Amino acid sequence: MIPAPAFLANPERFMAFSRWAAPLFGVIAVGLAIAGLWLGFSAPDDYQQGATVRIMFIHVPAAILAMFVYVCLGVASLLALVFRHVLADAAAQAAAPLGAGLTFLALVTGSLWGRPMWGAWWVWDARLTSVLVLFLFYVAYLALRASIDDEAKAARAAAILALVGLINLPIVHYSVYWWNSLHQGSSMMTKGALPPVYAIPLHLMNLAYLAGFGSLWLVRIRGEVWRRRAEAAAVRAARA
Amino acid sequence: MPDLNLGKYAEYIWPAYGITALVFGLLVVGALRHARHWRRRAEELRGK
Repeated sequence: MIPAPAFLANPERFMAFSRWAAPLFGVIAVGLAIAGLWLGFSAPDDYQQGATVRIMFIHVPAAILAMFVYVCLGVASLLALVFRHVLADAAAQAAAPLGAGLTFLALVTGSLWGRPMWGAWWVWDARLTSVLVLFLFYVAYLALRASIDDEAKAARAAAILALVGLINLPIVHYSVYWWNSLHQGSSMMTKGALPPVYAIPLHLMNLAYLAGFGSLWLVRIRGEVWRRRAEAAAVRAARA
Repeated sequence: MPDLNLGKYAEYIWPAYGITALVFGLLVVGALRHARHWRRRAEELRGK
């Protein structure tokens, strides 16, 4: 049996796979999101948080995916750095804008949830601050790649930055336990903390975000492969 | 049945959903435009 990453490491196989997988993941994401939102808006108001509990269905998946995408960025960067694999570098480059978007959503929806619950749009709490640092790592990654003309050097520098940023992930996750935080602990990790009426739509939305990321990631990697092919063809045409 | 009457918290919930829809829209359009642009460019150059 061929392991999936090795199978996908071949650009031709990847393009053939992603051609059908990207739209399939997109359709799955839309279906799951419709089901999750339907159940989420059918759930009763929370006895403490009232209707604001519905922000959970978009905030929690964005926060989880913000971290998951950074793991993907880190692993792809490591593979690009160690094996100098072009597709791994394309995967890292393609993940960064998606991760930045999801982290931005986690911060903004969290702020819109925090204002009615905590009475503040923002507090310099360990969880919020570490997620802001995560967002800044994404922005720095994108800025670094854009600021160096030599693509190989840009890829190497950005990969090192991405690996440094991995240190922040356990800080984000454990911040609510290591410090006295206003942000609540993880309800999803604690068995029975979330009743099924909220847990089911939340899990559906988590899967919807995951499938949506999968689809967009594949599309962006395809775009990167085409860009590199176009630039290689332009160099060949200029030499001829 | 979904209940869209969010009471006094509607001013926080709808913007949260609106911004989420907007950002996802931008990510989808951005990804598709990027891929389409470079695919056309690669095909043009390959045809030369």
